[in-house]
Amino acid sequence: MWEKKPILFMLLATGAILVGTLITMVLPFAWVNTEADRIETVTPYTALQQEGRDIYIREGCNNCHTQTVRPLVAEVLRYGDYSKSGEFVYDRPFLWGSKRTGPDLARIGGKYPDEWHYKHMASPRSMVPRTNMPAYAWLADNKLDPQMIRRKMDVLGFPYTEEEINALADKTEMDAIIAYMQKLGTGIPWHEAAATTIVGELKNPYTGVDHATMEPWEKLYEANCAACHGEHEEGDIGPELDGSAYEENELFEIIYKGVPENGMPAFSSLGSDKVWKLVNFIKYYTQGEDH
Amino acid sequence: MQKARYDTDIVRSFVNWSIVWGLVAVLVGVIVSFQMVNPSLNFPPYFTFGRLRPIHTNAGIYGWGVGVIFATFLYMVQRLCRTPLWSPKLARFQLWFFNATIIASAVTLLLGYTTSKEYHEMEWPIDIMVVVLWVAFAVNVIMTIIKRKEERMYISLWYMMASLIGVAILYVVNAAEVPVSLFKSYSAYAGTNDANVEWWFGHNAVAMALTAPPLAMFYYFLPKTTRVPIYSHRLSIISFWSLIFMYLWTGAHHLLWTPVPDWIQTLAMAFSLMLIAPSWGSVFNGYLSMNGQWHQMRDNYLVKFLIVGITFYGLQTLQGPMQAIRTFSAFIHYTDWIPAHIHMGTMGWVSMIAFASIYYLVPRIYGRQLYSIPLANLQFWLILIGQLMWSISLWIAGVLQAGMWTAMNPDGSLTYTFMETMVEMYPYWWIRAAGGLVYLAGIIVFIYNLVMTVRRGENATVATVAAEGRA
Repeated sequence: MWEKKPILFMLLATGAILVGTLITMVLPFAWVNTEADRIETVTPYTALQQEGRDIYIREGCNNCHTQTVRPLVAEVLRYGDYSKSGEFVYDRPFLWGSKRTGPDLARIGGKYPDEWHYKHMASPRSMVPRTNMPAYAWLADNKLDPQMIRRKMDVLGFPYTEEEINALADKTEMDAIIAYMQKLGTGIPWHEAAATTIVGELKNPYTGVDHATMEPWEKLYEANCAACHGEHEEGDIGPELDGSAYEENELFEIIYKGVPENGMPAFSSLGSDKVWKLVNFIKYYTQGEDH
Repeated sequence: MQKARYDTDIVRSFVNWSIVWGLVAVLVGVIVSFQMVNPSLNFPPYFTFGRLRPIHTNAGIYGWGVGVIFATFLYMVQRLCRTPLWSPKLARFQLWFFNATIIASAVTLLLGYTTSKEYHEMEWPIDIMVVVLWVAFAVNVIMTIIKRKEERMYISLWYMMASLIGVAILYVVNAAEVPVSLFKSYSAYAGTNDANVEWWFGHNAVAMALTAPPLAMFYYFLPKTTRVPIYSHRLSIISFWSLIFMYLWTGAHHLLWTPVPDWIQTLAMAFSLMLIAPSWGSVFNGYLSMNGQWHQMRDNYLVKFLIVGITFYGLQTLQGPMQAIRTFSAFIHYTDWIPAHIHMGTMGWVSMIAFASIYYLVPRIYGRQLYSIPLANLQFWLILIGQLMWSISLWIAGVLQAGMWTAMNPDGSLTYTFMETMVEMYPYWWIRAAGGLVYLAGIIVFIYNLVMTVRRGENATVATVAAEGRA
């Protein structure tokens, strides 16, 4: 019957399409982003952060970086606590992404000091050898336009002061995107990556290994430490390293858990074995050897 | 003769332009695949991976995919309804507005005007252009159907009408945004809601633009080519209605383990598994239509394209539901496995059917014999091998990276840093780039063959065209 009546056919087809649509797409608006999943500590983006977010969108960062940590052990260890709906209520559009060519950024905020980001954005390979991230040094040449943010503010309903808006005139796009990244994931107080608790006493598994064994560990140092502490431990963003100043176990704790207040990230996601290798490498090479 | 009244000029134009945009899509795809292995190939601000990748996907979907939809639908609707196009003038407008929309999309995306929503990156002025374009197309097709001379509507017409309605609903709802300036807007939805709307759109755009239309083409061009009717009308009825009913529930399988409410994820998972049935309904209908005709796989190159195409549809619709299962998604999502899955669908299924349709159309709309069947066979092998290199290398890469991401030391800490897992991808990314080059070579052979057909092909009468392809 419907095979001979196109109008009837199209009405039936529309009906078939709308059932699943109404239930799985329209209905959830009744629960999602309501008071029920608000989180008190989650705040709107500042003017500078919102500009940064728009640059993140413009450059298509979401093509390679996701912004959702899943409630899976490996992800919570690698990135931080899993993402909650209430953390995204100010996100228009959402930027969860679909592919991790680079790491997830949902909890990147506060993980590295600003200076790390400036250097990394300008020249990713100088900080992370063999990365395939393009360089964005040119963002530092572009000034922000304070006029645009007024209109954005009206649409988004964010309350910015005149002072905050005018302050943008002195900032570059680089300042903005880094301010945005430093905000990501910090809306909840327990956002840092979970670290596996080391059970029992700390014990260096590599006590007394010969230097030949240690040689390949230099790669670990180059990949994870050199960007901030210099290729020869001479210091850069981070201080010069003096392995002799610390006990093995102290050094392990500093690397494994980080010193967030000084900008030293936790490296627990390296796993304890690699952290021990770094401890031994740093202690050995600061005992006067040149490499 | 009645046939002479059909508007074939417009079909020619859409065939030509869809091939142009298809070439652009593959070229940009090859470029970004080399940027993945060598970041110094990014030339900011315009030619960076982040800006070029949306041009690749949108040129592929809207330029090539929708271009072929326009060409084939306008051809099929006239014949299935036994009546000329309702308005050739409107179709002419549609052609130039289509090209204007694609060019405007490419230019604005290069300039960084993007909403960031996947497969819907174009900003609001272009959304309006897309809507105008689709309405012009839909009105023309629907009016032609309404004044048809053939009372009963064939299977292909059902899929065409579903596509017209489906794309319209999806595109408009997901496009809801508040403009800030001419090229900047903010989504009308926030956070988790925005994600849920976007993947309701994203997944069903695949249903309504990249599944229903190729099925319409398959159901038309397969029996036309083999000259044997489709196996079961009843099976196609069941497949059609269950397909368009079930598809719309599945969008959230792109959002498993995210803050989207669990019950939506569970429904999406369940309906994704159920979708195997209607998908394979069409696959079986295709296979069983070949009963007693399998020799045509050897002696008719068009059948080869069509049957291998529907086979990839079958594989795609088994792999997809597998990925929609929570446990498997936990392992594989966000790795290179996912683009490998998508490219089996686009390069293997949709494009294979599109190539077959164009090979069928060109001799008929230009009145020339195909220049070279051996070249068509060469193209078949190039695109098949190119696509397999592409997908297989990245399936391996995806499993490898997923394994490394989740690997743990005996004390419960992670075994690998993110960068240690990323650098392992380079060899596979090189193979993928090489696969892209092979596929591109296939497209160049295709274009050469068609250009030579138009320029040098022997004049063909209706009778010889009908016999063509069966040598």
